[in-house]
Amino acid sequence: MHELSIIANLFEIMEEKAEEKKAKKIVCVKLRIGKLSGVVPEFLHTAFDMYKKDTIASGSELEIEEVPLKIECKTCGKKMVKDDFVFICTHCGSKELKTLSGTELTLEKMELEI
Amino acid sequence: MKKKEILVLEDLLGSNKKIASDIRTKLTQRGIFTINLMSSPGSGKTTLLERIAEHMRPETKIAVIEGDIETQRDAERIRAKGIPAWQIITGGACHLEAKMVGKLFPKIPSDLDFLFIENVGNLVCPASYDLGENLRCVLLSVPEGDDKPKKYPKAFTTSDCLILTKTDLLPLMPFDSQQAQNEALDINPKLKIFTTSALKDIGVKELVDFFILTRQNLLYKNA
Repeated sequence: MHELSIIANLFEIMEEKAEEKKAKKIVCVKLRIGKLSGVVPEFLHTAFDMYKKDTIASGSELEIEEVPLKIECKTCGKKMVKDDFVFICTHCGSKELKTLSGTELTLEKMELEI
Repeated sequence: MKKKEILVLEDLLGSNKKIASDIRTKLTQRGIFTINLMSSPGSGKTTLLERIAEHMRPETKIAVIEGDIETQRDAERIRAKGIPAWQIITGGACHLEAKMVGKLFPKIPSDLDFLFIENVGNLVCPASYDLGENLRCVLLSVPEGDDKPKKYPKAFTTSDCLILTKTDLLPLMPFDSQQAQNEALDINPKLKIFTTSALKDIGVKELVDFFILTRQNLLYKNA
């Protein structure tokens, strides 16, 4: 349950950006969360709703896009989505793989009222 | 009043990563090799550290940062062995963050060879936080069961070493050591695996030799 700590970091970034843009309110916050990011989206929602009270984002909505774990095989060049976290190429059995996505914990966009 | 959408694209752990990277640079420059130990509570991190200390000292200078939700107990155990140890009490937080390690920075003697960080006992959350370590180890004890790597993939995919602990209990437990190792290698083929029992002093010497060699390699590369 480190989701609250991650939400605290999120609010630091959100408030800094809102101030930069001289926003009156934050209306919507969009995150991209990888399958292998180690956080549970449901808990992020709970933590976000607790944290937003009495902030510039008190009336805001949190949207989370879950990003699948996608890898590319360095041996055969094929790309694949891995739901089982097994880092072995499904096509040729190689263990030389590159992670393309799935580890994100990113604040992608914000909608502001200016 | 108008609405405006802005693109941010910031890593939510970006500030932690930056602090960790600073810590790593500063410690490595002093020749201090830092090892982050992660595992469930009770898998034997402190006992392993006590045994590691016996093998390393007096030739090798070590210190330990202990992370726990409450109590000074682990730091006291390490200090009782004559090793400098500092306790971070997180007061509820389930993991250590780089800024907590950063606060201790002024206390860390510059003539150390190794700094061990014993993370809060938890196989989930610590995996997301870089603490500025050079090497990350995950411990898995025999009583926990051989099915843990795929259940808690992040701890295993982000680690450099897997240390199987309490292997003196293997004859008493339905723990398939090969199965546990294969499962861990499936999710992280680069894992270096060590089989240990700190209590019976099995495999700890090999682990210590590996730590010393890895530190020497790093210092040689940076020289």
